[in-house]
Amino acid sequence: MSDILLDVEDLRVRFPGLSGYTEAVRGLSFTLGRERLGIVGESGSGKSMTGRAILDLVPPPGEVTAKRMAFMGLDLLSMPHRERRALRGARMSMVMQDPKYSLNPVMTVGEQIAETWRIHNPGEAGQARERALAMLDAVRIRDPKHVYDLYPHEVSGGMGQRVMIAMVLVADPDLIIADEPTSALDVTVSMQVLAILDDLVSQRGLGLIFISHDLDLVRSFCDRVIVMYGGAVMETLNARDLDHAQHAYTKGLLNCLPRLDRVDANLPVFTRDPEWLK
Amino acid sequence: MTEKALDVRDLVVRYSSRAVVDGVSFSLDPGDSFGIVGESGSGKSTVLRAIAGLATDRSGTIDVAGKRLGAKRDLAFCRLVQMVFQDPFGSLHPKQTVDRALAEPIAIHGLGDGERRIQEALDAVGLGRGFRFRYPHQLSGGQRQRVAIARALILEPKILLLDEPTSALDVSIQAEVLNLLKRLAAERGMTMLLVSHNLAVVAHMCERVAVMQSGVFVEEAPSSRFRSLKAEHPYTQTLLDASGGFRRGLAAGLVG
Amino acid sequence: MRAATSQSWRDWLLSEAPQSRAQARAGQAYRRWRGFTENWLGVVGLVIVLTLIGMAIFAPWIAPYDPLAQNLSQRLQPVSWQHWCGTDSLGRDIFSRIVYGSRVTLLIVGLVVVTVGPLGLILGCVAGYYGGAVDRILMRVTDIVLAFPKLILALAFVAALGPGLENAIIAIAITSWPPYARVARTETMVIRNSDYIAAAKLQGASSLRIIMLHVVPLCVPSVIVRSTLDMAGVILTAAGLGFLGLGAQPPTPEWGAMIAAGREQIFDQWWVATFPGLAICIVALGFNLLGDGVRDALDAR
Repeated sequence: MSDILLDVEDLRVRFPGLSGYTEAVRGLSFTLGRERLGIVGESGSGKSMTGRAILDLVPPPGEVTAKRMAFMGLDLLSMPHRERRALRGARMSMVMQDPKYSLNPVMTVGEQIAETWRIHNPGEAGQARERALAMLDAVRIRDPKHVYDLYPHEVSGGMGQRVMIAMVLVADPDLIIADEPTSALDVTVSMQVLAILDDLVSQRGLGLIFISHDLDLVRSFCDRVIVMYGGAVMETLNARDLDHAQHAYTKGLLNCLPRLDRVDANLPVFTRDPEWLK
Repeated sequence: MTEKALDVRDLVVRYSSRAVVDGVSFSLDPGDSFGIVGESGSGKSTVLRAIAGLATDRSGTIDVAGKRLGAKRDLAFCRLVQMVFQDPFGSLHPKQTVDRALAEPIAIHGLGDGERRIQEALDAVGLGRGFRFRYPHQLSGGQRQRVAIARALILEPKILLLDEPTSALDVSIQAEVLNLLKRLAAERGMTMLLVSHNLAVVAHMCERVAVMQSGVFVEEAPSSRFRSLKAEHPYTQTLLDASGGFRRGLAAGLVG
Repeated sequence: MRAATSQSWRDWLLSEAPQSRAQARAGQAYRRWRGFTENWLGVVGLVIVLTLIGMAIFAPWIAPYDPLAQNLSQRLQPVSWQHWCGTDSLGRDIFSRIVYGSRVTLLIVGLVVVTVGPLGLILGCVAGYYGGAVDRILMRVTDIVLAFPKLILALAFVAALGPGLENAIIAIAITSWPPYARVARTETMVIRNSDYIAAAKLQGASSLRIIMLHVVPLCVPSVIVRSTLDMAGVILTAAGLGFLGLGAQPPTPEWGAMIAAGREQIFDQWWVATFPGLAICIVALGFNLLGDGVRDALDAR
């Protein structure tokens, strides 16, 4: 098993509060190869905090612990924050939900991509523009030269998200964590963004962690799915086996969606069992 | 013949001289449920805001229960038409308790028996006594949306405008809120106008669905028509295809 | 037993499911208070301000001498057990004058806040809520007042109205409302586009009702913060007017005027000007710390 990018065992994230600690993630274990792994859950399930913990982006006073957290053989737990930061952006990166808040408003999008290249390749700054244009092309932007000179407010949401992906790609990472990358986009646009992410995994051999609340989307896009609730893992299964999910929570989530091909007088609702968090 | 509950003719709404809604017509009989589906910027929410009197630069006519609406909305209109907004975090006043939010319409309309009305409204949306004196920050998203629904119901309106009422909620909470809305509309014989980006939600809730793009209806049909996943207009077909999740071939056709 | 009672009180206050309007309000206030007390600088400010208020109320019992009683045989006495802060050129006890001077300071601060806060708040909310021509007219007036340096404008008003404490207060009030209007207007412009205002409109609430019951309560915290932070400035302006002889008239014990009186002896009898100066300094600092604390406590939610 040399192709394991990320190996996480018993990951926990907790926050101190007025009445003791609140656990945001309670004992998550998984391995990630060069594949699309979906993490699905509702708000408060700890899915976003999992992505942040891997990237060392948990905001203080949050505390991250784990039995093991290794990225391509590197032990992330013993690594100082400075090295984690260097790793972040270079070999593992994140695509956020809303490009509006992730792009610098006073710099053209092309320059921002070029800047990322310069940071990670200080010796080859001269190639920055060329590389940035190539990346814009790689995320299928039709006229990269034109888009290079646009400011963030001049591009649409879908275009902005593609620019974000180009910015992540220019550093040539091995792992991308996408946190709800299409939730702020219209369905038609999100299909295009997903297609680009899909290519990255199949053509460049990246590992992708796809964090989403949308079970249907994850089912159709990912290879494997982790279902989280209240910080704990309910179930891990292959995406195509989701119809045969065992856990009551997963089944409940699948059933409560309105469906075009089914007529329901009422949508099935479910109650949460406190036992799930034991 | 029965009087139309809502009749909209050639509605055009402008925001700084750009027509966001560009000639929309539809009419609803009492008790109808009608859905408008579209993507962001299609103008679907603006249709609701124009009816509610919140978007003022408009032309065309809007008749509610046979009465033509002018620029201003009077108290009688407010008792006939109420609206539930998309963002339950933004539609409740942050410094007012649930009690205060529900008492406000009673005070404005000088209705008696406030105590009973508030209690009934809370019961109707399934919130117990314990919720009455909470501030919005002490409520979850689903509970806030229930409060917003209770506030809309307290004036016993005949027409309910719903602007993406569940798009900010988790799917399991969405199911509860949709069930609640459906039950209340049926019990009280309310006419429902629902706007959403989610075709499945609209088809589940409404008898008729209009698909809106760039300010106009491109297709209008009974929701049963969409169950076969076939549509007449190519844009509707795209929405139908996308509702099934990610498909490689579908994305290839859209890349541009 | 005692601990159990206080525990249940706290639970009652912090309940997430209050049973009555009163409990909801009390709980909210208690949470604010807890937030405020976490910041010890703010508490220091509060203590200073409470001390000032206490001093003003209990001045006759605190002050060892009559603040107006002249005793020429005791003039310019240095700091001693008889006169904690020394005496001035007319032999009056400076400590007693400072204690009584707190009444003047509080009167100025109180009257200015009571007139300026609501005036700025209402003008700002009205301008922000209606927008358009109403906003343009109100804001241009605001700009005109803002364009003058505060002290100079106050000087001009006092010169026109004649010197005196009342006129000084009026002058300060006239010159210090515009920033409040600005703050309230900016907040209102965000609030008026929110869905809860749209919901209120849709319930048939009149513009007056929306402004007074929905918009104003949301702007009040920032106006309160602004005014506590501003009080230091008001005290300094009042002292400045007093120093120039345009504020409180002799023999009223006003801190600014006391500094002015001690000006000639500053090198030989330092205490005459120093103690009123210290009083101004500490009270201004107290209001500033209190203002910071209140802002942090209110911003928390």
